[in-house]
Amino acid sequence: MGLDIRYPIGFLFSLIGLMLTIFGLVTDSNAELYHRSLDINVNLWTGLVMIIFGGFMLILAYTSAKKKAGKKEE
Amino acid sequence: MEQSFDLGWIDYSIMLIYFIFVLGIGWTLKKYMKSSTDFLEAGRSLPAWITGLAFIATNLGALEVIGMAASGAKYGIATVHFYWIGAIPAMIFLAIFMMPFYYNSKARSVPEYLKLRFDEKTRGFNAVTFAVMTIFASGISMYALALLMETLLGWDFNFSLLISAVIVLVYVYLGGLTSAIYNEVLQFFLIVIGFLPLVIIALIHIGGWEGLKSSLDVVAVNNGFEAGAYTESWRHMGNAESNPLGVGIMGVVVGLGFVLSFGYWCTNFLVVQRAMAADSITSARKTPLIGAIPKMFIPFLVILPGMIAIALTSDPDSGFALPVKGEAYDYDKTIPMMLGYYFPTGVLGLGLTALMASFMSGMAGNVTAFNTVFTYDIYQAYINKSKSDKHYLRVGQLTTIFGILVSILAAYVASLFNNLMDFLQLVFAFINAPLFATFLLGMFWKRGTGHGAFFGLLAGTGAAALHHGLTVPIGAMTLVKGGWLGTIIHTYPSEMAQNFWTAIYAFITCFVLTIIISTLTKQLKTDGQLKGLVYSLTPKEKGEGLKWHDKPVTLAIIVGVISIILSILFW
Repeated sequence: MGLDIRYPIGFLFSLIGLMLTIFGLVTDSNAELYHRSLDINVNLWTGLVMIIFGGFMLILAYTSAKKKAGKKEE
Repeated sequence: MEQSFDLGWIDYSIMLIYFIFVLGIGWTLKKYMKSSTDFLEAGRSLPAWITGLAFIATNLGALEVIGMAASGAKYGIATVHFYWIGAIPAMIFLAIFMMPFYYNSKARSVPEYLKLRFDEKTRGFNAVTFAVMTIFASGISMYALALLMETLLGWDFNFSLLISAVIVLVYVYLGGLTSAIYNEVLQFFLIVIGFLPLVIIALIHIGGWEGLKSSLDVVAVNNGFEAGAYTESWRHMGNAESNPLGVGIMGVVVGLGFVLSFGYWCTNFLVVQRAMAADSITSARKTPLIGAIPKMFIPFLVILPGMIAIALTSDPDSGFALPVKGEAYDYDKTIPMMLGYYFPTGVLGLGLTALMASFMSGMAGNVTAFNTVFTYDIYQAYINKSKSDKHYLRVGQLTTIFGILVSILAAYVASLFNNLMDFLQLVFAFINAPLFATFLLGMFWKRGTGHGAFFGLLAGTGAAALHHGLTVPIGAMTLVKGGWLGTIIHTYPSEMAQNFWTAIYAFITCFVLTIIISTLTKQLKTDGQLKGLVYSLTPKEKGEGLKWHDKPVTLAIIVGVISIILSILFW
């Protein structure tokens, strides 16, 4: 109905993902985890996964819109 | 060890961005709300993947995330019975057999189906009890969220309550059911991405599945069970005493797997409404099946953290322990404690946002179901019958405000009188227990009459209350737990076993009495009136024109096979 929900999902995930990725790169926010011998930059990895998922959603929404526009022209 | 969080700017930024997007979706959809059908039924225009994810997200509310993680800590892997045998067969049955009746009958709600199939009094009973139940459920969700925010973040209880209420009110008021469904899809993905890192990190930390298994074997033996009782879902179900659930195989299969799960998934308008918003009968039938796929894997997202929490708690060197409440652990703190233990600033904000999203999706689901039932089944049916569609659109919008205000009131009642809420939830359980018998006979037995359905429902509710009043679970301390009739005829090994058997007795009573009363009373509906409402009088959905892989039956078989494989893997 009027709005392809994949656009807001894609933008939201990309935006939050970008914030987490940058935050994970520039801060030592995982020190607590290192104490438990878990060498995982959880902010960086979560951010990257969110960017990939968000981008995937945006591509799906865009191709779907193009397909619909093509059908209308026909 | 009480958990409270010290959030950074990035955590608050994530929450703020999420709120802006949620409200933005409502705002964008505002201009499309031109009729009551648009507002209350999403114009029956949504594709199956959206309604399917919303179907599961609306069920992924506070009770699910907080409650099932708590159950994972308390009962171990046996909690998956609520997801596999306690959901999947019912969702397949709804998709294959029941959805065609709901969708093709053009009923706008589940109570309206009861009116078309039976009579006005059966619809009235279902509509009024459902409306009251949903609004209390929404209030309990609000109360739980505000309490959690007060405990974790030190936010003022009133502030948390009002902020969550206002956000849900704005996006539902602006965009109706479509806005609620779209936001549920967004919330679903957010819940997955918010909790997935927690599961991965915690599993790595505890040494994978094998590490968790060996830790929980020690917990099982310490609690008087065989090793494996916390990590094997069926092997210890032979009798109630040998598993942490305290329920035998009959209680799980018949009580949970049939009566309770079919009663919830096949007749509860809260979830069925999502399928009824689909753009075609095929999409409507696929909705529960698409929802069933994530449903099968949600246990890994919410139950595993609970199991890991209890394993860590039992290890004195882990530095993690669930807080104690009275004589037992405060299991409801499992998810917040795990988030605080494993998540640094950044993903902590994401995890808390996911937690808030789960509360909001539950709240919005209840509010949209309430405003549809109130507008169509109470206001239009009994108060003001023949007004214009614009009038009912306005009533639907105003009912959203009314529903939220009553939810806030219910939240304050919950905060002041916890026992009253326990009592109300008990009454709701009595009303829900026999409901599936009424629908089963309504859809598959054309001789079922309105009198049979109505008095069968009342008798089923009465039987549930009677059974509860005459039985108690071991260790019951209050009358809300049973035995309030003064005479105890049976003691159950657990409260869960008592609940499952209460449902079984209610179902049997309703089923038998509906048949007896229907046989003794005249069927007032003609075969023509029952076409599209009863199985034997309705042309079968063949899915013609669909390729084999697009047919709902194919998807149902795939879902069934996956759930059987999962059950065998964790047998």
